Amino acid sequence: MTGFDFSNYNRNAALHAKGVPLPKATSTGTTIVGCIYDNGVVIAADTRATSGPIVADKNCEKLHYIAPKIWCAGAGTAADTEFTTALISSNIELHALSTGRPPRVITCMTMLKQHLFRYQGHIGAYLVVAGVDPTGIGLFTVHAHGSTDKLPYVTMGSGSLAAMSVFESMWKPNLDRDGAVALCAEAIKAGIFNDLGSGSNVDVCVIEKDKPTQLLRNYIKPNERGEKERNYRFPKGTTAYLNQKIISKEDMRKYVSVEEASGDPNLMEVDI
Amino acid sequence: MVGHGMTGMLGEDGIHVDMNHLKKGEVNLGTSIMAINFNGGVILGADSRTTTGAYIANRVTDKLTQVHDTIWCCRSGSAADTQAVADIVSYHLNMYSIVNNEAPSTQVAAALFQELCYENKDMLSAGIIIAGYDPKHGGQVYSIPLGGSLHKQPYSIGGSGSTYIYGYCDKHWKEDMTEQEGIDFVRGALQEAIKWDGSSGGVIRLVVLTSQGAQRHLYLPDNGYTGPGVTN
Repeated sequence: MTGFDFSNYNRNAALHAKGVPLPKATSTGTTIVGCIYDNGVVIAADTRATSGPIVADKNCEKLHYIAPKIWCAGAGTAADTEFTTALISSNIELHALSTGRPPRVITCMTMLKQHLFRYQGHIGAYLVVAGVDPTGIGLFTVHAHGSTDKLPYVTMGSGSLAAMSVFESMWKPNLDRDGAVALCAEAIKAGIFNDLGSGSNVDVCVIEKDKPTQLLRNYIKPNERGEKERNYRFPKGTTAYLNQKIISKEDMRKYVSVEEASGDPNLMEVDI
Repeated sequence: MVGHGMTGMLGEDGIHVDMNHLKKGEVNLGTSIMAINFNGGVILGADSRTTTGAYIANRVTDKLTQVHDTIWCCRSGSAADTQAVADIVSYHLNMYSIVNNEAPSTQVAAALFQELCYENKDMLSAGIIIAGYDPKHGGQVYSIPLGGSLHKQPYSIGGSGSTYIYGYCDKHWKEDMTEQEGIDFVRGALQEAIKWDGSSGGVIRLVVLTSQGAQRHLYLPDNGYTGPGVTN
């Protein structure tokens, strides 16, 4: 059997009606962006994952592999973006094997939108699909309900407004590779600093014609933890004591059996 | 982004789920769309705004969707629903033209749209205008509002912005307009709809369908919707 198992739905709804709270899903409360340029396309994402007000992961990966030259940035429910992209990635690979041709971005986008539409928005995956194929450069957004848009530059997630303000003020036609990467990184930084749901580092993926895809993990780290100037560790001998008693191994042997540890006796053994 | 505060209530007759809640966050085409007949065919027109709540998700949307060579539709309502319906119709018309070795008529396309919109009326929020040109019947305009009924009309307006231009269209409509008169009529009407409706805006897109095929027009707000005019 494929698809979802709804057998616990009625039980969960009944429990919820009696006052049991529903479990919290991990959301990628995110900033993700994409931008095409003269010879390819760039997508980028922040690396914060949240569960309600808690930062669940400070350095998660929101750039998902679909095919060697098709990648996806995901916002929304973390598990849904993960599994939806993995499923479509599998199907795209089988499709490429069956047709004997490199997969197309529009094929991937259509498979995603039809999958998400079937689940009427219950799969909370908001995606930026980007890639290069024999027909050219592709960049799309796919919303959880199954609608899609085709644009030269896109943003999604809770930080999309901050990121779009960067695009709308700094984007210009005929960008080169470095210009597109810099613009996308700047847009993600706007999300990281101005949106509570986004934070930590910038991940970038560059998909270029006639070149292998470059995944620039942690391309910018604008939130490195600084070295603390002081700490709360007490120096040895801070605590005063009134007396001292040393029990030797020989004394111990009167009560229990003592075995010599192998190797350096100064090293403590640690369970693996 | 997507909250999980789903409220499942247990009544005597089972579980009730608030559909309005489930549909929140959906992308809507708060729209101004229209299609008209003129003496050489049909003209479709639309604004380009798509919204998620108060945010404009796309300011240059193409709401004029091709389902066959010279059969197009204007989409209003849920973006996901109307795209899904248009994709299915597009598939069926493609198959129709292969099986029957001739292009489908506009009526066939409209009937397909109606079938999908009526049979799934409780799951869809889609208001669609279909316009097409075929050599046998010339230009034709059909509209399918929310309930899934089908109406053949000399011209049709739809979407949230259409309420503002009933007067304008009634006053300025003429039978058998020339192409230029038709373009001016559609552009003038959409300009008013965009002016008064907050959910409509951006650029004006037109498609002219004649015996010569489909031709796109684009009008930008920068110059008061006067150009650049014809594209591809």
